[in-house]
Amino acid sequence: MRWLLLKDLRILRRSPLLVGLLVLYPVVIATLIGFALSRGPEKPQVAFVNLVPDSATEIELGGETIDVTRQAGPLFRAIDPVRVDSREQAIAQVEDGRVLGALVIPKDTTRKLQTGLEPAEVEVFYNADDPVKSSYVRDTIKAQVQDANSALTKQLAKAAVEYLNLIGTGGRFEIFGRELDVLGLERAERLLRKASTQLPPRSSAREDVERVIAFARLARDNLDLSDEVLSSVGTPISVKQTELDGGATPLSSFAVAIAVTVSLMFITLLLAAGSLALEREENAFLRLVRGLVSRTGLLLEKAGLAAVCSTVVCLLMLAGLGLFVDLRWERFPLWVAGVGAGALAFAAMGLAVGALTKEVRAASLLCVMLSLPLTFLALVPSGSVSPLLYDLVRVVSAVFPFKPTLEALDSALNDTGGIAGPLAHLLALFVAFGAASRLALRRFDG
Amino acid sequence: MPVLEADGLVKRYGERAALRDVSLSASRGELVAVIGPNGAGKTTLLSILAGIQKPDEGSVSRAPAEIGWVPQQAAVYSKLTVAENLELFARLEKVDDPRSTVDRMLDLTDLRDRAGDQVGRLSGGNRQRVNIAVGLLGEQPVLLLDEPSAALDPRQRERVWGFVLSLAESGTTVIYSTHNIQEAERHAQRVLVLADGELIFTGSPRELGTAVGDGVNGGHRPPLQPPRAPPDFESAFVAFLRQRGH
Repeated sequence: MRWLLLKDLRILRRSPLLVGLLVLYPVVIATLIGFALSRGPEKPQVAFVNLVPDSATEIELGGETIDVTRQAGPLFRAIDPVRVDSREQAIAQVEDGRVLGALVIPKDTTRKLQTGLEPAEVEVFYNADDPVKSSYVRDTIKAQVQDANSALTKQLAKAAVEYLNLIGTGGRFEIFGRELDVLGLERAERLLRKASTQLPPRSSAREDVERVIAFARLARDNLDLSDEVLSSVGTPISVKQTELDGGATPLSSFAVAIAVTVSLMFITLLLAAGSLALEREENAFLRLVRGLVSRTGLLLEKAGLAAVCSTVVCLLMLAGLGLFVDLRWERFPLWVAGVGAGALAFAAMGLAVGALTKEVRAASLLCVMLSLPLTFLALVPSGSVSPLLYDLVRVVSAVFPFKPTLEALDSALNDTGGIAGPLAHLLALFVAFGAASRLALRRFDG
Repeated sequence: MPVLEADGLVKRYGERAALRDVSLSASRGELVAVIGPNGAGKTTLLSILAGIQKPDEGSVSRAPAEIGWVPQQAAVYSKLTVAENLELFARLEKVDDPRSTVDRMLDLTDLRDRAGDQVGRLSGGNRQRVNIAVGLLGEQPVLLLDEPSAALDPRQRERVWGFVLSLAESGTTVIYSTHNIQEAERHAQRVLVLADGELIFTGSPRELGTAVGDGVNGGHRPPLQPPRAPPDFESAFVAFLRQRGH
């Protein structure tokens, strides 16, 4: 088997154009896919439920009446809202994959905004099994909440400044239908100064009054600065985010996982299928299996060749991408496990393709025809098709190595969950496709 | 003492019988030609003798490892050089000294000056010589050649046959298939005629000539006297097959 392996490496070395294309083509495809995925959908479908009672949608801030529901206008222009009746329904829609995320406005939102004692909290739910989708939903809602915060902060700051002015200079203030006359620090200072002149010059009471006068002046001077401070720190609405499934992968790291998986798929499939088909094209297959090497041995040699070559190329690719994207090098052994297991599964699938074809060109064409649809199927967002069709997509994706390889690499690169499941899945596919290719080799007999 | 014997070989593909109870034997250094029209079962017979296919019935006296086999189309790697191909297969055959075996084969096939050339750049004749050389690497006592001169021009054919005859002279038993009747008549010591999977004749070329003559002239024609015009013999052979229901 060693000599066969050396023979295949020698043939590869003498085919620089083929090897160049084999490496460059998947890298270009991976880059294009990564670029396409970095763009989110135009309007993500988001379940929306507003639990604020109709009677409590307005608040009084800074002397103005604000209808909170109008603040949601810009948000509805950025998303495709799917209105539901309850928080539970919203969560269920996300879990079923019918929408990309859910936004829940709790019923106490306006009360909290009105009192200003604590931030009003809106809830956002999204499915984190796909970082592309979750990142887009998160960013969209965050941007809209920031806009709403900005508008409300101005009103809150204006109201606060008016209260502070009232404390500083005094004046009339209406509460619960009654008008009150507030003394204010300025007027208090004047009154105290007038009172102090009537006290004996060296009495302790006059000394105390002078200290109070100094404090009133200091307080009034500093209250003048408070409007700037208020407008800079106000965050009336906070967002509580909840991931319903999966981990939290940065989009850039997920794009790396996709790029490496696509490259791994193309290189391994083409090498495995091509090297096996070459034995048939060169008429050497029957000569080899006539006692020189067993059929299973030949398959293992081709699988090993394809898996080792593609693993090396993809680890180098990861190292190169690591210069631009923050990757966790301490997880390198897991990278090797993920890439290696994926390479073995793809190699077995490539052998099955190679065993069905008689020529390298036919094998290559079949590999490309199979791998591109499988890639796109594995990347179909859950909310973009009907639940039934999405279940079908998931079943098809589970039968081929792309999806589990992507999961293994995502886990290896980003610690998004256990890697053992995807690795076991890939090894099962390796065994299944290996058995299929062994059966398909019968086509080569006679 | 036969070097190779096959007894009662039967091979069926579904309902169709590719070989029907075919038996043969060959002695040391003998050149045996298997002839017959396309689809007669020549390649099937050689594949079974080579161990590539298993017969449904019957047996072969030697294991595949003891028989050299040269397929009809060159089974060598076009991206490797002549020497690299020979060395690869010598190592896979686990010969004792691969390098000296390669040297010997390069001399035997008269390809030493092309040893460093990639096989894909060789002519059809030279490629076939490499193909045959690979089949000889194991130095088995029996060599099977499946239509060795097919697709070769006359000059290339002459070179290949010169090489094969030298092998037989050195003691190797050579069994070859061909649909070129003149090739059988000219080189073989014994001829097997297959038609529709049935062995309908075994004998020397001279005996075949007699039989063909019988078929044409009702048994009154003298035995085949070479040289004779090829088209006449071919026509007679076709008539011979027809007379026997093929």
